[in-house]
Amino acid sequence: MKIIIAGDGKVGSMLTSQLSGEGHDLTLIDNNPEALESTIERYDVMSVEGNCASMEVLRNAGVEEADLLITATGEDELNLLCCMTAHGMNPKLHTIARIRKPDYAESTYALQKLFALSLTVNPERQTAREIDRLLRYPGFLRREKFANGMVEIVELKVAADSPLKDQALYDLSNITHCQVLVCAAVRDGKVVIPSGDFVMREGDRLFVTASAKNLTILLQSLGYVKQKIRSVMILGGGRNCYYLSQLLIKEGIDVKIIESDLERCEHLAEVLPSAVVVHGDVSHSAVLERENIQNMDAVISMTGIDELNVITSLYADSLHVPKVITKLGRADNLDLLSKMPVGSIVSPKELCCNSIVTYVRAMKNQVGAAVTMHSIADGQAEAIEFIVDSSTRHLGQQLREIHFKKNILLTSITRGRNIIFPNGDSSFEIGDRVVIVSNGGTIQQLNDIFAG
Amino acid sequence: MNYKMMIRIHAWILVLASAFMLPALLITIATKDAPAIRGFGCSIAIALVAAGVMAFIARNAERRFYAREGLVATGMAWIVLSLVGALPFYISGRIPNFVDAFFEIVSGFTTTGASVLSDVEALGKGLLYWRSFSHWVGGMGVLVFFLAIIPTNGRNDGYMLHILRAESPGPSVNKIVPKMRETAGILYIMYCVLTVLDIIFLIIAKMPVFDAFCIAFGTAGTGGFCILNSGMATYTPFAQNVTTVFMLLFGVNFSIYYLMIMRRVRQAMKDEELHVYFLIVLTSIVLIAFNIFRYTPQTEGLEPTIRHAAFQVAAIITTTGYSTVDFDLWPSFSKAILLCLMFVGASAGSTGGGIKVSRVMLLVRNLRRNAHQIFHPHEIRIVRMNGQRVPEQTIFNVNGYLAGYVIIVIVSFLLLSLDKGNFSMTTNFSAVMATFNNIGPGFDAVGPTQNFSAYSDFSTIVMCLDMLLGRLEIFPILALFSLSTYKRS
Repeated sequence: MKIIIAGDGKVGSMLTSQLSGEGHDLTLIDNNPEALESTIERYDVMSVEGNCASMEVLRNAGVEEADLLITATGEDELNLLCCMTAHGMNPKLHTIARIRKPDYAESTYALQKLFALSLTVNPERQTAREIDRLLRYPGFLRREKFANGMVEIVELKVAADSPLKDQALYDLSNITHCQVLVCAAVRDGKVVIPSGDFVMREGDRLFVTASAKNLTILLQSLGYVKQKIRSVMILGGGRNCYYLSQLLIKEGIDVKIIESDLERCEHLAEVLPSAVVVHGDVSHSAVLERENIQNMDAVISMTGIDELNVITSLYADSLHVPKVITKLGRADNLDLLSKMPVGSIVSPKELCCNSIVTYVRAMKNQVGAAVTMHSIADGQAEAIEFIVDSSTRHLGQQLREIHFKKNILLTSITRGRNIIFPNGDSSFEIGDRVVIVSNGGTIQQLNDIFAG
Repeated sequence: MNYKMMIRIHAWILVLASAFMLPALLITIATKDAPAIRGFGCSIAIALVAAGVMAFIARNAERRFYAREGLVATGMAWIVLSLVGALPFYISGRIPNFVDAFFEIVSGFTTTGASVLSDVEALGKGLLYWRSFSHWVGGMGVLVFFLAIIPTNGRNDGYMLHILRAESPGPSVNKIVPKMRETAGILYIMYCVLTVLDIIFLIIAKMPVFDAFCIAFGTAGTGGFCILNSGMATYTPFAQNVTTVFMLLFGVNFSIYYLMIMRRVRQAMKDEELHVYFLIVLTSIVLIAFNIFRYTPQTEGLEPTIRHAAFQVAAIITTTGYSTVDFDLWPSFSKAILLCLMFVGASAGSTGGGIKVSRVMLLVRNLRRNAHQIFHPHEIRIVRMNGQRVPEQTIFNVNGYLAGYVIIVIVSFLLLSLDKGNFSMTTNFSAVMATFNNIGPGFDAVGPTQNFSAYSDFSTIVMCLDMLLGRLEIFPILALFSLSTYKRS
């Protein structure tokens, strides 16, 4: 497909990497020639310099023949104007706009209809929701939901005192007292799809498929006492912080925000009356101690500076704060960071890219496209959900008779309200929601998992 | 430096080289030319064995590849290609001195068309075909061909841009469609279509089929190897006019043809470089025709004079170097115009050599700005091209290119003057201009009816380097010979 990406920033370049790898024809628009130059030196794409909302620039980028326009510039208004202009020039064009300002959060749906946008993404709000979900089950580093929230893939780290340590996978259900499946494990930065005789070691990160109902049982059996989070400290008062505080306050959680910009503090105090807003520099440990960081149930580092977020998270961990979450804007050295005790890592650009890539794949495959897609294990593997329909091959056949591609694992089949952890006797039926994990090779549609 | 990846690219280049030699081998078999069959057979075998060994060495190459690697790989690939391409001449014994054989094929691939042979017809059809075909390959570029056919894995393929930039002429090279493979493919498709059209017209103009192919290859690559000792003089006037038109067409930036295919004709026609290019051509033809009428009493008449003037102007500005007459006998103003055209060269993004029209335009516009700023030091002026602002970095690069150009001309001129043949200054200077700008014939002892065989081996090697420097626009070859390229730091 011919795709135009306006804005060669963090999200723009991550999308470029992902979509050019999937073989699409990409044209990037940005008004910074240096950013463009460094991108076209890395990826096989074309670039156009200029204002993406100008007709001349859009024409040079080939908007008349394009299939999709993704706008991810720094300005919401520019993104909308760009989509609107492009749509006027090519009515068949699909458009995706990134809209981040809280002022437009309420009108997003109306804007989507008004400007004929195919999709709007709000990475900050997605991040806030993601963090909120993580706070509900503090034992998990990450949670990805599938099948309308009935199935989840959660990430756990095997700690020194964990009952999982030095156990083989086939003993797993005796420990967890519920049915789960380890679909991927990361050891020393490498991802493996484990078999039954895989022995879990300290420091391994496991990706576990479980039914959403069983998450509490899973946590308890692993020795995590599920304590409800009552107080949260948020470091950095950006847009992320606003969306998150709103969610947390609604759930009755105490929120304390530390922000270094006085004007921003006053604004937050105005729009979030129930939150405690403190003006202070989070890079000073004295400020954090004064604000009682050691007694918080959770600390979330989400300033605009990644390095600072890592440092404050490390500090919070050293004070034994039960749940630490680190937001990373760039997320370049994930395998290096995952070795450090920075708690859960949340990357807004990754969340945003996942939803856009899901849309692109659905556009390309009109039938049998992925319903949800999450990249797991620092982007080394993908967990993808499909719905079985009449075009699916091997319908009704027993799984042991079907040959699957290498590096593919079938993790769960959701049929009605039942969740099946597949074995040789299972089979596919129309309407099933199937979650598969793949490390290597792009799976565009369900039939791609079958060999031959 | 990622040596393994470079070895891998070179293995590919050798495979391509042997594929390119196949048609020539078939011609030698058809004409039962035993030494030439041996020449091509051995060369293909050597190239394939070397490619196999290199592919084995580089079997687990990483794909890290930056601008530096792109430059060096391009420079190196052209030398490797020429070394292999020279083998058929040498092994068949038709050019017994290897340095001369190397000169001949470098002249072929760089689309120069300068020859060391006084009797080209004695080469035999297979080798003649190979000589002309090397023009065609070298015109659009062998690495661009490589980019059009290699399989890619989709990730981190931006490196191919460095290769395109190193091999394609012009001040700012960019892709015309998002994917490199398609860009290279489109360029080659347009190139093939134009070549086929040229062949058809030449055959209509009653040229023998074999000649039509060879002359069309030489025209397309703006090379200039002829297959008859008489050059282009014996072909019909219509064939000469067809060649004039096609030489000019191949001297146009190929992205203009792409715009026309995309039905953006108006935008294509507005291109300033195109206007200046045709303006220079027309003015030169008119001036030369007048000059010949004025100073040569016994002319052949109006039509042949204009035909020869047009042919020669097209042949020199596009750096092809065919000749229908011995222009060395023309009055000196006409010769001076031709010498100036040698500097200017064809358009950027075409198959021709020289400084390129767009660079000359940028140089003049920048000069005008500098002169203006002496009187108005605080005025801010912007250099424009097609109404768009030209980045200062581009102007900076063009100035750097000109400096390199001048220094290379001077140094090569000095080195050629050392030659024991003790040639005239006109000969030496025009020899440098003719090889460095990839034209072919010069004036005096290297004029259109003469050849380069009188020069010593040392001078021949200097001219080989000049041709490569000219075709690849200096920097890839300089990078190859600069120590800092190989330092780790």
